[in-house]
Amino acid sequence: MSTLTYEYEPKTLSPQATKLRDMLVSYMKIVSRRLPDDVSKKLVELSKIEVDPLQELVYSTMKENQMLAEKLKRPSCQDTGVVQFFLKVGSNFPLLAELNDILTDTVVQVTKEAPLRHNAVQTFDEFNTGLNIGKGVPNIITEIDGDSDKLDMYVYLAGGGCSLPGIAKVLMPGEGYEGIVRFVMDQMTSYGINACPPLLVGIGVANSVEMAAMNSKLALMRRVDSVSPNANAAKMERLFEDGINYIGLGPQGLGGKKSVMGVNIVNTARHPSTIGVGLSLGCWSHRRGRIILDKDLNYELPLNKGVEL
Amino acid sequence: MREFHLKTPIKDEDIADIRIGDIVYLDGIIVTCRDVAHRRVVEEKRPLPVDVRGKAILHAGPIVRQKEDGSYEMVAVGPTTSSRMEKFEEQFVKETGVKLIVGKGGMGPGTERACKNYKALHLVYPAGNAVYAATKVERIIDAQWKDLGMPETLWVNQVRDFGPLIVSIDTNGDNLFEKNKVEFNRRKEEKIKEISKQVSFIK
Repeated sequence: MSTLTYEYEPKTLSPQATKLRDMLVSYMKIVSRRLPDDVSKKLVELSKIEVDPLQELVYSTMKENQMLAEKLKRPSCQDTGVVQFFLKVGSNFPLLAELNDILTDTVVQVTKEAPLRHNAVQTFDEFNTGLNIGKGVPNIITEIDGDSDKLDMYVYLAGGGCSLPGIAKVLMPGEGYEGIVRFVMDQMTSYGINACPPLLVGIGVANSVEMAAMNSKLALMRRVDSVSPNANAAKMERLFEDGINYIGLGPQGLGGKKSVMGVNIVNTARHPSTIGVGLSLGCWSHRRGRIILDKDLNYELPLNKGVEL
Repeated sequence: MREFHLKTPIKDEDIADIRIGDIVYLDGIIVTCRDVAHRRVVEEKRPLPVDVRGKAILHAGPIVRQKEDGSYEMVAVGPTTSSRMEKFEEQFVKETGVKLIVGKGGMGPGTERACKNYKALHLVYPAGNAVYAATKVERIIDAQWKDLGMPETLWVNQVRDFGPLIVSIDTNGDNLFEKNKVEFNRRKEEKIKEISKQVSFIK
C-alpha cells in the first residue's frame, strides 16, 4: 500500500474569487459532458458521410453516449485528462493575483462534484494524489493581455489517448515544409489511429521544440472549422485535411472515409537555422471550453450556445 | 459483420468461429486491468488477485463513485490505448487464462501469438463512450489493488450486453488493425508525395 500523500491546503479566497471558482466548477462540469458546438456540428456532418454498418454503429454509439451523459449528468468520457487552462488576461482583471489559487481549487472541487477521474500521478514518487492536482497540475498557461480588465480562458480536458501521440522536433531548414509533411503524416498512421479519430489535428511551427509544441496545443483551441489567417499555412491546413482524410482512418481507426474533424496550424517566427514543428491531437470527444469574463464576472460562452451557469 | 453474444465463463469453442470485424456483446464478468497491473503480473511475478480465467479484462481506468454504504457505482468507463499493454499481454494471457481482452486500437505480434496459442480475442469498444458503457455495468462486485488509485484499480464488473465490441485479433491470430495499416500506409506515402510538391515555401 502506498503511504505517500499529497498535501493540499486550500487558500482562503476573496468573495469575488469564490464566486468565480463556483462559476468555473459549474462550467467545467458542462465541459466534461457536452462537446463544444463546433465539434458537435462537425461530428453530425461526418456521421452522415460514414454509412457502412461498422462506421454507422460507432457513430450511433457516440450519439447515444453524448445523450446519456447529458441526461445522467456524468462526464461523457472516463478520461477527463490532466486539466489545462490557457489564459489571456489583462493586468487590470481584478482577480489576477488569485487566479492560480482559483483554478487549482476549481479542479479540486469539480473533481469531487462531476466527478472527474483522478489523473495526477506524482512523477518519480509515482503515486496518484487522488485529488486530480499535483506538482504543476493543473497546467496554467498565462498570456498577459496588456492593461485590459478581462479574462479570456480556454479549459481543456484531454485524455491520455490523444495526448500520447504528441510529438515535437526541430528540423533543419533544408528539410523544409516538406519535412513537416512527413513528420505529421507518419504520426497519423502509427499513433493517430489509436487517438480516437475523427481527430482534431494541431500543428505548431516555430523556432524551437517547446514553442512548436505549445503552438500545436494552441491550435487545438481554435474551432474545428477555423482557417489560419496566413495564406500558406491555410493552404497547408487544407492539404493536410485532404491528405489525412485520404488515409481513411475512419471513426476509432477502424477504417472509413474521414479521419479528421479539422487541421489547425499555429505559427510563430523561426530561427534561420531551425524549423521547430509540433503535433498535438484532439480526440473526437474534444472537451474544450472557453469562457470570457469582464471585471464584474459577466461571462460569455462562445462555444456553448444556450448554456447558462 | 456478424454479431455474437458471449457469456462468461467463455470456453475455447465459444470463440473459435469468431473473426476479425465481427461484433460481440458480453454478459458476465469483465475486470479493468491496465498498465501497472500488467507490469505487476509479468515483471513483478505477483499473481493477479482476481481470477480472470475464462473471463474478460478491459484496458480501462474508470470513474467510480463510492456510495455512502461503502459500495461502488460505475460512473463512466471506456477503454484506454491497448498498445501500451502489448509488451506484457502475451505473458499475461498465458499466466491468467483470460479469454477476452477489450481495449482501444490495435495490438501487436505478442497479442496475436497469445490469441492464437491460448485461444483468446482482442476486441475494441468504441472509445470515448464511457457513459454508454457504464450503463451496461450492473454492479461492481469487487475492487483489488486499490493502492494503485482510481484509474488503475482492478474493478470487477458484472455486465449485461456490454458492447459493441469489435474483434480486432481473432483465434487465428489475424489482426484487423495491422491489415488496415498496410493500406493506410500505402495511401499515406501517396499523399506525402503529393503534398510535398505543393509546400516549397522556402525558396
